[in-house]
Amino acid sequence: MYQAIVFLPLIGAFIAGFFGRVIGDRGAQIVTCGCMVLSALLGIVALHQVAILGQVKTVDIFTWIQSGTLELSWAVRFDTLTAVMVFVVSFCSTWIHIYSIGYMSHDTSIPRFMSYLSLFTFFMLALVTADNFVQLFFGWEGVGLCSYLLIGFWYDRPSANAAAIKAFIVNRVGDFGFALGIFATYLVFDSVNFDAVFQAVPAKAGSKIEFLGQSYDAMTVLCLLLFVGAMGKSAQLGLHTWLPDAMEGPTPVSALIHAATMVTAGVFMVCRLSPMFEYAPMALAVVAVVGASTAFFAATIGLVQNDIKRVIAYSTCSQLGYMFFAAGVSAYSAAIFHLMTHAFFKALLFLGAGSVIHAMSDEQDMRKMGGIWRQVPYTYAVMWIGSLALAGIPFFAGFYSKDLILEAAYAANSGVGAYAFWLGIGAAFLTAFYSWRLLFMTFHGTPRADEHVMAHVHESPMIMIVPLLVLAVGAVVSGFIGYEYFAGGKMTAFWKDALLVLPQHNTIEAAHHVPFWVKALPIVVAPAGIALAYYFYIARPELPGMLVRTHEPLYKFLLNKWYFDELYDMLFVRPAVWLGRGLWKGGDGYVIDGFGPDGISAATIRLARRAGRLQTGYVYHYAFAMLIGVVALVSWYLWRLH
Amino acid sequence: MTPTAVPALLPALPEIALAVIAMALLMYGVFGGERSPRGCAWLAVAGLAITAVLVLVANGDRAETFNGQFVVDGFARFMKVLVLLGSGLATIMSMSYMERERMERFEYSVLLLFATLGMLMMISANDLIALYVGLELQSLSLYVVAAIRRDTVKSSEAGLKYFVLGALSSGMLLYGASLIYGFAGTTSFVGLARLFAESSGAAPVGVIIGIVFLCAGLCFKVSAVPFHMWTPDVYEGAPTPVTAFFAVAPKIAAIALFTRTLLGPFGDLVDQWQQIIVAVSIGSMVLGAFAAINQSNIKRLMAYSSIGHMGYALVGLAAGSQAGVRGVVIYVALYLFMAVGTFACILSMRHQGRLVEGIADLTGLSKTHPMMAFMLAVFMFSMAGIPPMAGFFGKFFVFQAAVQAELYSLAVIGVLASVVAAYYYIRIVKLMYFDEPIEALDQRIGGEMTTIMFATGIITLLFFVYPLPLMNGAASAAAALFGG
Repeated sequence: MYQAIVFLPLIGAFIAGFFGRVIGDRGAQIVTCGCMVLSALLGIVALHQVAILGQVKTVDIFTWIQSGTLELSWAVRFDTLTAVMVFVVSFCSTWIHIYSIGYMSHDTSIPRFMSYLSLFTFFMLALVTADNFVQLFFGWEGVGLCSYLLIGFWYDRPSANAAAIKAFIVNRVGDFGFALGIFATYLVFDSVNFDAVFQAVPAKAGSKIEFLGQSYDAMTVLCLLLFVGAMGKSAQLGLHTWLPDAMEGPTPVSALIHAATMVTAGVFMVCRLSPMFEYAPMALAVVAVVGASTAFFAATIGLVQNDIKRVIAYSTCSQLGYMFFAAGVSAYSAAIFHLMTHAFFKALLFLGAGSVIHAMSDEQDMRKMGGIWRQVPYTYAVMWIGSLALAGIPFFAGFYSKDLILEAAYAANSGVGAYAFWLGIGAAFLTAFYSWRLLFMTFHGTPRADEHVMAHVHESPMIMIVPLLVLAVGAVVSGFIGYEYFAGGKMTAFWKDALLVLPQHNTIEAAHHVPFWVKALPIVVAPAGIALAYYFYIARPELPGMLVRTHEPLYKFLLNKWYFDELYDMLFVRPAVWLGRGLWKGGDGYVIDGFGPDGISAATIRLARRAGRLQTGYVYHYAFAMLIGVVALVSWYLWRLH
Repeated sequence: MTPTAVPALLPALPEIALAVIAMALLMYGVFGGERSPRGCAWLAVAGLAITAVLVLVANGDRAETFNGQFVVDGFARFMKVLVLLGSGLATIMSMSYMERERMERFEYSVLLLFATLGMLMMISANDLIALYVGLELQSLSLYVVAAIRRDTVKSSEAGLKYFVLGALSSGMLLYGASLIYGFAGTTSFVGLARLFAESSGAAPVGVIIGIVFLCAGLCFKVSAVPFHMWTPDVYEGAPTPVTAFFAVAPKIAAIALFTRTLLGPFGDLVDQWQQIIVAVSIGSMVLGAFAAINQSNIKRLMAYSSIGHMGYALVGLAAGSQAGVRGVVIYVALYLFMAVGTFACILSMRHQGRLVEGIADLTGLSKTHPMMAFMLAVFMFSMAGIPPMAGFFGKFFVFQAAVQAELYSLAVIGVLASVVAAYYYIRIVKLMYFDEPIEALDQRIGGEMTTIMFATGIITLLFFVYPLPLMNGAASAAAALFGG
């Protein structure tokens, strides 16, 4: 059963990918969706068995690598953490598969799309069920590949290709850190299997790694290197630049990969490796600071973006920051809890945005929308639900998880915790503001699209609406249902040994005993943000423009995303292009080609011409050559004899 | 006056038989008149076949006769068979050509027989004088054959050039022989060998100089650089069947003579002559590779190709070992098939009844003559030394011997030269297969040509399937030369 969960999507991808022409568009959709539905049903069964009934198990499939002390097998490891991830991934993926049938109905290469989606799901499941670092890395690279393929799905658009390449290359930076982390882990622990490493961690705590004559704390180095990988995949501050551009891909891709699943792999990894991070307080602090900074930073950019998908993308980036600083203060269960609720409401928001885009004839700019809420009632409703959940309005999913995170940050009772708490509160306020800015600009006010587009505005077909409704239910109830298990009274029985939290780091427990104002503050700032958005975009629509004029530098700064792209362009891209061009033109073209193939062939032709010219046709020349030959040979011998 | 004992004639029976047949054919031709040439040619082929049988039936031991001037051993027998095969095939290939070009003369076949007789004598020569006699018998016939088409300037020019330069080379060879005799006191190979074995490799300067001149003369015969200059002009000028003959039989005979001379009497002076052979071999391989690139005439191209191939054969000789000789023998044997097959293709290149010689005429051959194009492609790949064609194995064994003899730079240069040479061989394949035909060649190809083309093509292509007979033959031939 456990193997089937992982490999069913691969089978679907294989059939749709290689036999897409044979089975046709409809066939590809049925095969991939069928495999996904099965996988998701089994995933729910597995969640019940593992998390509720406590049947934690690891299924060895085959020995993968055996070389010296390096020994690892391909395995499916099912503990609570995995079961939760499998549930989230297969559930979201299934509904997004179904949604894609409607959304991509006009596309010309449906089998390819469905195959990529399923392949992605396979890699993601392989990632979360990994029993060792190498399989984790396999899934990690696999989802990166699928992300690349899907961002560049419309390969005839230059912008999509550029975005795909950017995503791939930025992820390489993170993966480089991740790979180094794995190598270092093997160096320190002589194993890459999770169980062996986790057992050995307490004994190795405080040991040193020598590098270039300096010695560093081993666990800190390992965790920081691994965290670099997580930063790349989860688009944390510094390595976040690819995520907004990734919105070039089809909207279901944004929902599945760049909101619900792949980008959360970094969070998953930190939680999975909690037995290591727990012994590296320094690394945990870094995780918390980076996460909190990202949460706030991405929210500020979200304020001024005009592309509907980009707003949600920055929102994703920001929410991932929340998850990371939760992990950074050892509230891993809160991080995973938020990961799950976020998967529901963010997938919902993306799919809702997709529905809007579908209705607006592929328009993504919110300045050209507005006043369409009557035409698209379902979409309008689910966007509200998603936004309420995102903003953390009480009793929606985000309320439980986000408040828990903020309380845990406060309860950590450290400088880092306070930093995370206050930035988190600020980000919550900004989140509410940009969410309602999005709602108001998209659905309310006077229509800003041209008549042609407005005439076409229509609700999406049922095949797209049903997934929206299902996810909306998830966005409403998942927090309420999950709270008891993830952080409440049933917490210990639920998680068992999947996560390790040292007693002195038990922030979840402490989070239940924080002052009342700490609990109340998030509930206050969210409505405040909504109110401000209402004031700006409904009550006084001329105000944003005025503000922009009076605070132009700040506006430009935010609009240009803190100039990260420009900075990277100057620091890395241009030198790299310059170096590459130099090596290409000078190194390859001039030196290697010039002295290699081209040079040799030119020399050969010259020599051939000269050799041909030796043949004059005159007998006396020939005779002369013979005599010279004899004389030369004789001279050589006489010279040698003396 | 004491009666001179009649020397044993049995070892020389094939040569005697061939001489008698040739003279009988001369009579037949003279009295047969106009109608005789074709019959004469077939009779010549039969004569060559009889000779080959006589060579093969003799028992395998080493035998000397005519006061040690003439020797028969495994090496001689093997090379003689190759020479006879080459001559026979060349004779067959020339028949229809001669008729078509209105130049059928019975003397042609007879001259080929005499040339072949000279070659057999060369291969069996066991004395400097015997060597010279055999060589001149061969050469004089070849001079005439090269100029057999008296009414064209080119053919006459080719014959004359060959003659003048050949005379020069004969002079050098004789001068070298006289130096060796003067300093060593004997012309007998056996005597010379004994002498140098006793002095354990030391030799007077005069002998060394003599060897250099002797080598120069022999290099001329195998057309090795820098004594190769006659080759392209003669190959181009001579009638194509004559060129085909030139490219095969005399080359094999000369290589055999060269090998026997250097390893027999001068076997203990390897250190002295090895450098000559290395230098000459490198020169031949490199020139053969580079000079052929710009050629537009396929006969000229084949001339440079044969220069290159002789260079490779000399690589084996330069090794101076039994493995090296085995490599040489295998190389020339396989070269025989490749070269004959290629010339069969060239002789089939006719455009509106006329023979054409341009490489460009082969353009698009695969569309008009798929089988011929395939065969020619096989020969070209083989000449370039691409596995699994026969030519690859030829090169492999000589290079192996060179490496064993620690002549690393020679082997490396040889391999590099073969890379360059591959260019012009494979260019022909490219022309045949990838370019559109401009003017189709004539459809009809003679039956003899097709047979020869296919037989040699299959041997070249499938040699690797059953290489044992040739390998064993070559090994025992090489062993015979080393007295094993």
